[in-house]
Amino acid sequence: MNKFWIILGHTYTTRVKSKSFIITTLITLVFIFALTNIKTIIDVFSDGEKDQIAVIDETDELFKPLAENVEQTNEDIELTLYEDTEEKAKQAVEEEEYAALILLSKNEKQLPKATYYANSISESSLQTTLEQQLQQLKTMYATEQAGVDPATLAMINEPVVFDTIALDESAKTEEELNQARGIVYIMLFLLYMTVIVYGNMIATDVATEKSSRVMEILISSASPVTHMFAKIIGVALVGLTQIVLFLGAGYALITAKDEATKELFAQFGIGSSSASIYIYAIVFFLLGYLLYATLAAMLGSLVSRIEDAQQIIMPMTFLIVIAFIIAISGLSTPDAGFIKITSFIPFFTPMIMFLRVGMLDIPVWEIALSIGLLVGTIIILAILGAKVYRGGVLLYGRSSSLKDLKKALALSKKEK
Amino acid sequence: MLQLKEVTKKFGTHTAVDQLSLEIPEREMYGFLGGNGAGKTTTFRMILGLLDKTSGDISWEGKAVNYEKSHLIGYLPEERGLYPKLTVKDQLTYLARLRGMGKTEAIKELKSWLDRFQVPEYLNKKVEELSKGNQQKIQFISAVIHKPKLLILDEPFSGLDPVNVEMLKEAVVDLKEQGTSIVFSSHRMEHVEELCEHLCILHKGKQVVQGSLREIKRSFGKKNLSVYADFSVDFLSNFPGVTKYKSVMEGCELQIENEAVSQGIFTAIQGKGFVRKFELEEPSLNDIFIAKVGASYE
Repeated sequence: MNKFWIILGHTYTTRVKSKSFIITTLITLVFIFALTNIKTIIDVFSDGEKDQIAVIDETDELFKPLAENVEQTNEDIELTLYEDTEEKAKQAVEEEEYAALILLSKNEKQLPKATYYANSISESSLQTTLEQQLQQLKTMYATEQAGVDPATLAMINEPVVFDTIALDESAKTEEELNQARGIVYIMLFLLYMTVIVYGNMIATDVATEKSSRVMEILISSASPVTHMFAKIIGVALVGLTQIVLFLGAGYALITAKDEATKELFAQFGIGSSSASIYIYAIVFFLLGYLLYATLAAMLGSLVSRIEDAQQIIMPMTFLIVIAFIIAISGLSTPDAGFIKITSFIPFFTPMIMFLRVGMLDIPVWEIALSIGLLVGTIIILAILGAKVYRGGVLLYGRSSSLKDLKKALALSKKEK
Repeated sequence: MLQLKEVTKKFGTHTAVDQLSLEIPEREMYGFLGGNGAGKTTTFRMILGLLDKTSGDISWEGKAVNYEKSHLIGYLPEERGLYPKLTVKDQLTYLARLRGMGKTEAIKELKSWLDRFQVPEYLNKKVEELSKGNQQKIQFISAVIHKPKLLILDEPFSGLDPVNVEMLKEAVVDLKEQGTSIVFSSHRMEHVEELCEHLCILHKGKQVVQGSLREIKRSFGKKNLSVYADFSVDFLSNFPGVTKYKSVMEGCELQIENEAVSQGIFTAIQGKGFVRKFELEEPSLNDIFIAKVGASYE
């Protein structure tokens, strides 16, 4: 087993020391830093310059309440009364003196109406704010005309009380569900990225060793099976290093932040969910990684050029993409029938069973069965992978099809 | 002693190695000769356990070769390859550690080998920066750095310039003298002729000739005869016992059935004029190879 550690160590150190690893890690860390400081960054860029809106008020009474309301809801918008003609006002907008022009008037029923002029009408948030506020004014005028007193109006506008309580005591509460959704989402994304990035890394690594023909020396000194698993675990540790680095940095930055940011992350369920969900997350993540990594190593051993590595792991990439899509759609309907069925298909289990575990209250035997199936598949794949690997690494050719799988198996077969 | 008994390897319907039986003595250099596709590389891979034999038996010192013995075995594959992005030092310490060496020991050995090959400055260079020939030296070091007891070299001298070929040959001879058993393949007859005591010639997976160099030559029987004379020697082409006739500037070079034929020729040319050269030679391995392998083409 000594050789296993040598190969593992070699895989790990060469990867961690490589330029690409250092660069991607740094870039991601910068990204994480930016994400946790998103509020500060937005504040820096929106430097307090307000959107100036020119208003021509034909009614002489709408401007004041509208300006007050708008400026209350969004302090980045400022309304000014324009005292000149409509034509001049439009020109001022064209010259970008004002962000927009709004023409206030009343219709035949004495209710407010407006026309909005701007150089482009694609900036919808400004429009929406103005429209909403005017709508409120209109409601006020209309109710006043109908003789409704303000107290009644306030009562009408008050939101309805709508509590949700699950009768099954072990079912998740609404709050728990939201948190679970956050964790499931993060885990889905993490697994998806990990499989794509590190699966690719394994396949390329194997293909590189084959294409540089160093493979024959390697497998003459250590068995291909040892080699394959040392590589898989080595790359896993590289990935783990990266993930721990990211999570650690993220956690440190968040805890150092103000309450508002903390709350934002609490909504994703970080820091407040039960321990079991984290344990499930780790179990499904590791099993999922092992499954796909073994598949990637097997596929990588079939090609003889680095360029072909991308192509041959396509089917694997499709599998994980499909799993991801099913899981995302399952976030809103975790108890749908097809979610239940797909959660037992080993290639989908890590994502979809975890989704169900997180979102629903599932009998233990279902979880155990899915993990059992998953582990079984990993073992079968590992045995098959080791065989293919043994033959595959000696197989050189131009083609990169799955037909090579048969050839590789034939090469490693013992005809006795 | 490395022993192969009726070893056969089939890839589907194609037989790559057919009923090969050999004995490779300890502390000797053993040559594998054969054209392309003769089954040399397949045989080596079977010896190393990289490929499973279809039938037959391979044993080294009475046991099958497996990964537990890998620290005693050195291998230079025919297809050369190292990690292009790694430095010579990182690369070879990794490969040496896989062969059971310690790190410091490996670096020490590596330095002395680089000195021997007069390239000590390569220690911290990336392999991709080196020329093909120098990469080959590095790869040779990777095969011998752990002082193997059994060394398998697949076409060790191909692609090297004459100076480097000499350097590598010397290294191989030294290793043999230090007690390493060496098996190597080549299609260059002169290398085998120069280095090996025993050899075999493979053709299409079958063993055509096998044994010690001297015996092979003796049992071949045929000899080479050069006759350079001032008169025309054309008539010798039809002389009984002459199997090959090649006319050269000053006379002719013949291949004859046996020594006795040369006696006849000697008598035949007497009195015809001045004879500059009359020389009887042992056949070269090249002649034997062509005769044996060429014959089986027919």
